[in-house]
Amino acid sequence: MSAPPTVLFRIFRYGPADAAPRYDEFRVPVGPRTTVLDALLVVSLPQDPGLAIRHSCLHGSCGTCGMRVNGREILACVTRLEGLGDPVVVEPLAGAPVVGDLVVDMEQLYRRLEPAGRPLVRASERAGPGGPGGAAAGPALEELERFEDCLECGLCLSACPVAGDPRFLGPVALAAAERVLEEPRGADPRAVLGWVDDAHGAWRCHAAFECSAVCPAGVDPAGAIMRLRRRLLRDRLPRLVGRYHQEVPS
Amino acid sequence: MMRADPRRGRKRRRRSRWLDPRGRHLGTWAFVANRLTGLGLVAYLYLHLVILSTLLRGPEAWDGLVELFRHPLVLAFDLLLVAGLAFHGFNGLRVALVGSGLLVDRHKAMLAAATILVGLVTLVAAVRIFA
Repeated sequence: MSAPPTVLFRIFRYGPADAAPRYDEFRVPVGPRTTVLDALLVVSLPQDPGLAIRHSCLHGSCGTCGMRVNGREILACVTRLEGLGDPVVVEPLAGAPVVGDLVVDMEQLYRRLEPAGRPLVRASERAGPGGPGGAAAGPALEELERFEDCLECGLCLSACPVAGDPRFLGPVALAAAERVLEEPRGADPRAVLGWVDDAHGAWRCHAAFECSAVCPAGVDPAGAIMRLRRRLLRDRLPRLVGRYHQEVPS
Repeated sequence: MMRADPRRGRKRRRRSRWLDPRGRHLGTWAFVANRLTGLGLVAYLYLHLVILSTLLRGPEAWDGLVELFRHPLVLAFDLLLVAGLAFHGFNGLRVALVGSGLLVDRHKAMLAAATILVGLVTLVAAVRIFA
């Protein structure tokens, strides 16, 4: 029987005691269904127990195993090695401080989300006699359900070319804000609009749509930001025109 | 667990964020191209002012410079300038529309249209410059 094929992994390493990051290489046996997380666990268990990885559910619903593979943000537990090439370069998410190796500090993401009130709606709270996924769930309800899919994995923040600036609210928080405006549930929409109507809020986005492209849950943060801007413009234009008429007497 | 200094990590990771093209999609490439062409156009503006200041040194100095502008390499730079200007303009229009919440679902089609228009403008400019 021949030996299983192997893939070379080049893994980002950095710890609090390290002066600079480095890349360690490991050769890992792989099969047709091996995921990135499977391979990393093979590295961490028998080869290097010091490798820091974060994961939980193993089926793409907790969002804890977000990382960059060959420069692209993925959830390691649901990304198969097939088609990733050899070597595979594994790095932590960008734009967040590295706690250790592939684990980043998610505090900034949660802090950015907090002012929006984290409007997550669980399946049991959905309206409609048919319940979740039932026949009564028409297109309108589908639209309302979009943001509830957010895993808070941080892939969008990592992929955004401008979210490296911590002052920028970032795609996840702006999408959450748009969700609140869509369905306030007692929240004050004016306060949310005031919060996002800022040079580092909705107006900081450069419309690269990278956040929507990498989102593993099908949430469309970039689309939400553009809807938010349309709403802000709709609010702003009459005020600007009104001010103009006040300043220039006819 | 001891934590890395957050400021240190953030600073280290911010440096090459938008210049790292690995794994990026079309939108980021358009964003990077827009930023680079923008910087190029600003640089050209200053270069243009420096070139115009040659007029202060008399007709001979200016004629010598005009001779240099006829060199194929400089003409190729002119063509690059036209292409950069066209891309920045057409893509800027796309970003302005999409960024105002208009035609958001068509942003990729608009980028394709902008690229085709840039190609056409560059082609016409090439014929006019080199013919």
